[in-house]
Amino acid sequence: MNAVAGAAGFSHRFEGLRSRLPGAKLPWLDALRGEAAESFGAQGFPTRRVEAWKYTDLNPLGHVSFDEPLTLLDGGVTLPPAIAPRVVFVDGRFREDLSDHPGARSLARHLPELEGRLGVLAQPAREPMAGLNTMLFEDGLLLEIGEGVDGGVMELLSYATACERPQAFHPRHLIRLAPGASLTLIETATGAARARYLHNPVYEIEVAEGARLTHGRLQQEAREAWHLSTVYARVAAGGVYDNFTLNAGGKLARNEIHTALTGARAQCHMNGAQLLVDGQHADTTTALDHAAPDCSSRQTYKTVLSGKSRGVFQGKILVRQAAQKTDGYQMNQALLLSPDAEIDSKPQLEIYADDVKCSHGATVGELDADQLFYLRARGIPESEAKAMLVEAFLQEAVESVAEETLRGALARAVDGWWRAEAAA
Amino acid sequence: MGMLKIENLSAEIDGKTILNGISLEVPAGEIHAVMGPNGSGKSTLSYVLAGREGYEVTGGSATFHGQDLLALDPEERAAAGLFLAFQYPVELPGVGNANFLRTALNAIRKTRGEPELDAMQFLKIARERMKALSMPEDMLKRGVNVGFSGGEKKRNEVLQMALLRPQLAILDETDSGLDIDALKIVADGVNAQRAPDFSALIITHYQRLLDYIIPDRVHVLVKGRIVKSGGPELAHALEKEGYASVQEAA
Ligand SMILES: Nc1ncnc2c1ncn2[C@@H]1O[C@H](COP(=O)(O)OP(=O)(O)O)[C@@H](O)[C@H]1O
Ligand SMILES: [Mg+2]
Repeated sequence: MNAVAGAAGFSHRFEGLRSRLPGAKLPWLDALRGEAAESFGAQGFPTRRVEAWKYTDLNPLGHVSFDEPLTLLDGGVTLPPAIAPRVVFVDGRFREDLSDHPGARSLARHLPELEGRLGVLAQPAREPMAGLNTMLFEDGLLLEIGEGVDGGVMELLSYATACERPQAFHPRHLIRLAPGASLTLIETATGAARARYLHNPVYEIEVAEGARLTHGRLQQEAREAWHLSTVYARVAAGGVYDNFTLNAGGKLARNEIHTALTGARAQCHMNGAQLLVDGQHADTTTALDHAAPDCSSRQTYKTVLSGKSRGVFQGKILVRQAAQKTDGYQMNQALLLSPDAEIDSKPQLEIYADDVKCSHGATVGELDADQLFYLRARGIPESEAKAMLVEAFLQEAVESVAEETLRGALARAVDGWWRAEAAA
Repeated sequence: MGMLKIENLSAEIDGKTILNGISLEVPAGEIHAVMGPNGSGKSTLSYVLAGREGYEVTGGSATFHGQDLLALDPEERAAAGLFLAFQYPVELPGVGNANFLRTALNAIRKTRGEPELDAMQFLKIARERMKALSMPEDMLKRGVNVGFSGGEKKRNEVLQMALLRPQLAILDETDSGLDIDALKIVADGVNAQRAPDFSALIITHYQRLLDYIIPDRVHVLVKGRIVKSGGPELAHALEKEGYASVQEAA
């Protein structure tokens, strides 16, 4: 059993496991893992001295010693109800027996084919958590939607079971939409109520010419979990990447999204909501790279904080010199339901093209006493009145979700959060 | 017995006395008017009765059907049958008017032990009431009071009253900013509620509205106290002479 805690524990495990990790015999993959291990070993978990991690402190992780997931591959688990044909990962491992989507493939079983594709977008040296993932990933979703094919709706369920000791898993998801393809992918990340784990997924997503990916992510991890995810997406000419992330679970969660618009007229929507109760920390960090002309991007993020919770939004928009006629918009707003809650927000624009339209804004506020009184004066009980106002606050972000399955799942998640909040 | 009974009510905001010993009784089935110059405390009185935060009641009492009104939460007062038409209706961006009206109606129905209305049942009732108030149907789809004109906001208040069917309606300057046609519509809306178990307190700056809703009593509020009460003729006298004479009396 591995008793070394924190980053050193992971480096130690890598040394021990290196020759037995999936794809260990593939020189390109072993080299990729080795490089990642080197930079992760040198940096460890990012500290708050690193600009990108100024507001999110991973120090507590450094004191936990994580185990490999011990779950058997055929053990019975009770999963949340399916919202669409699904691909299921339990404790980071693909479960064919629980998956019913015909396109579901395990990355681990296809590694030899993935040279020159896996690791193309991820930046393990720049993002330490992606480094940790590269070093230790064992499995993930491999998904390809063929040219012009409508892949419909797919659910990606990541479920963590409760174990005696905290466990860590680092799935690597590789998704490619061929030209003109489309897909709605809805990920639910959750776990057994008492489970303690680190879920550290990395996505590498290619949206080819004219393809369209709607990517919903519902982060509803168990209350004692850490969720640190890094999404890399590259969108070619005329393609659309539409990401909506709900950041609602876990003790500490960070969703980091790096999107590059590399072909003309590519579009990107990155929207999301963070719903936090007492004791939670959630961080949404986006980096948008406008690298081609005539592209547009829309970002709307809303954070609702209650109790002693802390929210972070960091959003960087880079407009390269070639990206003329860029149309970029970013808005992040926070609603503080308690005097003990705290939000940090850091928008950042870096513009090198001269003919662009780029705007951003941020607001922080509380529930409006007059609005609350107006509702109550009409007989609506206080907690219901507050729920209505919170819902109204979230509306702009939520209504950006056009796809029905995702919209429904999101509405249920918001509802569940509010009920938990009202009961607290 | 009075439906609403206010006795010697005093209240302050931030240590400043605004209501200075108001006594007023509105029996069931009667409509009373409260008139007074700007800043005399009319809105404060209506807010204190409806339960808005920020006011400290420093003396006196207000009972509704014998129940201590001031001890109740705003939603409990509404459930008990009290309704305030706001002088400045609040905008609720992101809350659809239909959703708001149905939620309010169902909240009230629930406390009355009546079954909740589904969206279809609600729409049927809402459309009828809106027609009577000459309100365009698309006002249901918009955010509550968002982008409404002054007159539309006031009509939306009267619509809420018509849907919730309170026993006591306080109308705080519902007439201000309305043209004569809108004024008649609002008056019709109130008159339609008239019944032996319906009372209203109509707060107004002008006598105009009282040509259409004939009050049983008129009270004049100056500097936080009622300086004069009388029949409908008092409103006409005030219209002619202005508040100067009563202000001197205060
Ligand atoms: N929130 C407040 N804080 C301080 N003073 C207030 C506040 N609201 C009202 N007042 C004061 O109380 C007095 C009565 O106001 P109000 O009840 O609105 O009068 P009316 O409705 O008769 O015009 C005025 O002098 C006004 O300035
Ligand atoms: Mg007033």
